[in-house]
Amino acid sequence: MFFPISGAHISPIYLAIVGFLIGIMGGFFGVGGSFIAGPALRLAGLDWNFAVGTDLAHIVGKSVVAAKRHRALGNIDLRLGLIMAIGTIGGAEVGAQLIQMLKRAGNVNTVVSIVSIAVYLGISSFMIWESWKTFQMQKNKAPRANLKGPERKRDESAFKPATRAIQRMKIWPMVSLPVSGVKSISLWVIIIVSFVGGVFSGFLGGGAGYIRMPSMVYLLGIPTHLAVGTDLFEIIISASYGTFSHAIKGNVDILIALVMNTGAAIGAQIGAICTQYFTGPKIRLAFVPLPLIGVVIVIYTLWSGHKL
Amino acid sequence: MKADTAKTLRAFAVELVVYAALVVGYFFLVLHFLGDWLLQLELHHRTTYAGTAILLIIGQAVVLESLTTLLLRMIRGRSE
Repeated sequence: MFFPISGAHISPIYLAIVGFLIGIMGGFFGVGGSFIAGPALRLAGLDWNFAVGTDLAHIVGKSVVAAKRHRALGNIDLRLGLIMAIGTIGGAEVGAQLIQMLKRAGNVNTVVSIVSIAVYLGISSFMIWESWKTFQMQKNKAPRANLKGPERKRDESAFKPATRAIQRMKIWPMVSLPVSGVKSISLWVIIIVSFVGGVFSGFLGGGAGYIRMPSMVYLLGIPTHLAVGTDLFEIIISASYGTFSHAIKGNVDILIALVMNTGAAIGAQIGAICTQYFTGPKIRLAFVPLPLIGVVIVIYTLWSGHKL
Repeated sequence: MKADTAKTLRAFAVELVVYAALVVGYFFLVLHFLGDWLLQLELHHRTTYAGTAILLIIGQAVVLESLTTLLLRMIRGRSE
């Protein structure tokens, strides 16, 4: 199929399958999946600038589908999502500016690669440790199958003492997040967490859900299911902003994004429904390979000198 | 439990076939007609194109989500 905006010939079946696979992942983990979608679009012959912009547009569509399903499952904290969107957009701009600074200094690739490898490995190692500790803790408690309703979504975490300390920081203004079960937390903590996620998004590209989702669980104390759903809702806003910005620069082939979204629509629903059958620590443990895929991609680009 | 899983998988397979047929029709009809119009918009009215792109992707996502939910209900006889 010929896509006139980017001038590319790509099989719509290929696009729909890529969208489907990323949709499952996005619905289950609350990530955009750009570290797979970007290379997949490059592999299909799309120019890098179109791959980045079109991927963002596709992320918007996929996140709408997954977020709608998560909303039906009661997994979205709208108040938290809106606050986080502010921090993410601001952070993304700062991240993009940092890239420009490093470009001028002439060492952008090395710095970004080393930072991303350190961050990805750190997240994976921490999540393996935390999930394992949580499983050990759960062995001594009543089985969760006996719990019903919202109690089933309430998370166990070995990192809880640190999370409580963060929630106790009284830096005005304080906000409550009743949907997430957080009685009181400083607005600044939420803004800083989302801002840092935004910086990584602008710095490393994509939606940076692999940083934001764990941050929401461990730093803000949001239950995993709600972190996944709320992250998707937040991605709709921040990725829409990114899509608009890239479209004005001529980097978006919306026809490709629309075709990818047909596969993602069904995949995202499957992913979102699957979260019902897994407890928080299991979702977090299954999340571990995602940052590691990012590490492999970064090492490949460092090694080969090519950008995937 | 096994019977329930089998029912879910069967419903999903049926949904996938119906959905694929609808999507193929969508590729060749809607996208074919939209292509030229969007290309002209992208070439001459970039800001309008950017806004239209977001509206299209969100609009399609909402419609597809409703469609897949409807298909699931029709095939399984109840909502997920």
